[in-house]
Amino acid sequence: MSGIILPGADGALYQRDRAWHPAADTPGYKSTTFRAPKHSLLALGPTKSEMSGPTFGHEKLGALDNDLIRNFSQDGSDAIGQRMIVYGQVLDENARPVPHTLVEYWQANAGGRYRHKKEGYLAALDPNFGGFGRSITDENGFYHFRTVKPGAYPWPNGGNDWRPAHIHFSVFGHAFAQRLITQMYFEGDPMIWQCPIVATINDKAAIDQLTARLDRQNTTPMDALAYRFDIVLRGRRSTMFENKLEGN
Amino acid sequence: MLHPVPTLKETPSQTAGPYVHIGMTPNFCDIPGVYATDMGSTMINGEVEGERITLNIRLIDGAGVPLNDGLVEIWQADASGSFVSPTAPNSNSVPAFTGWGRQPANGDGVAAFETIKPGRVAGPDGKPMAPHVSLWIVARGINIGLQTRLYFEDEAEANEGDFVLNKIMDKRRRQTLIARKENAGRYHLDIHLQGEKETVFFDI
Repeated sequence: MSGIILPGADGALYQRDRAWHPAADTPGYKSTTFRAPKHSLLALGPTKSEMSGPTFGHEKLGALDNDLIRNFSQDGSDAIGQRMIVYGQVLDENARPVPHTLVEYWQANAGGRYRHKKEGYLAALDPNFGGFGRSITDENGFYHFRTVKPGAYPWPNGGNDWRPAHIHFSVFGHAFAQRLITQMYFEGDPMIWQCPIVATINDKAAIDQLTARLDRQNTTPMDALAYRFDIVLRGRRSTMFENKLEGN
Repeated sequence: MLHPVPTLKETPSQTAGPYVHIGMTPNFCDIPGVYATDMGSTMINGEVEGERITLNIRLIDGAGVPLNDGLVEIWQADASGSFVSPTAPNSNSVPAFTGWGRQPANGDGVAAFETIKPGRVAGPDGKPMAPHVSLWIVARGINIGLQTRLYFEDEAEANEGDFVLNKIMDKRRRQTLIARKENAGRYHLDIHLQGEKETVFFDI
């Protein structure tokens, strides 16, 4: 882990489109009631502190860190569930790849159960599934990992709310102000349109952006389906450095 | 020159959910054996210039209840006011001071960081900003990560002239970013997500 300040790092990012993101206070998702700030955000111009950020290029990731089918295996056998590869490219708003950045992911098991002491859902734990992993993007911004498809599960919000199958993602970029957490859904899942957390986003096109596409070309025959999920981080407005830099 | 226009939309945010600790601090939530350590748990890896400090950052919701399922990341300059210099991808050298930390909120809603007191960094106006630490906060019920800063009570003079603090028109609300000094080397900051003492959060 170390930091990096790109040339032009004081240059502003494009302003965040807050209407594209969920608002803070979304009554349909009840947990926001006491956790949503009520004041307006303070608009802050770019400063070195937030336009720089940590990088993880030299972290030694374990060989199984991006293999959720095996990385928690207790007895050497694979996790239970529909095998799949999730991959994609991390880009910025200027459509430039974001290389050497950390991507972390976590999910429920095939039955919709998380490995967490506070989790009370009656679906069984899989003794060989931990439910998390991490990757560093390659020079073209690509990441990939192997996992099983997470199950849908009920959660205490309304009387009978269910989360669609999803995977949580955390992504860094090269500036602390690019930091992003989101969730990936699966193409064609009707549960997406019934979910109060998905519904915190107003724009259908924005929800589509969170929906991974089945990718038959990259399916591993007789083994695993493939889903593609590209992630877009904020981009820099500066034009004067645009010929020089990755992720400028 | 024409103003540049983004060609892609940023991926929309979704809440980190109640189980963010599984993905980001698995050892903390009793899933050992996959990662040797939780990333960001240690910021100091050797001899480092500067005053060693502890930052206790407590997350509190609008009903006054501490968040025991939150997570805080910090990013800061070193004692000389520099951010850690770039390291080549795949090199093995971990910097003595990383500048970046990640801690889960404990049962009392407190994320505790062992770090050093940052030096002053030049602000957009060319003047040094007061020593500060940048914060990023996520949890269940937070739809998009909250960004703010921590400043230090014992830097009153520097705080007076700080570029960011001075952008907060209501002077009383500036206090929401200033960590209280508890004793030698220990600072405490309450982050109020809403209510009378709501913290000033940024749109950066």
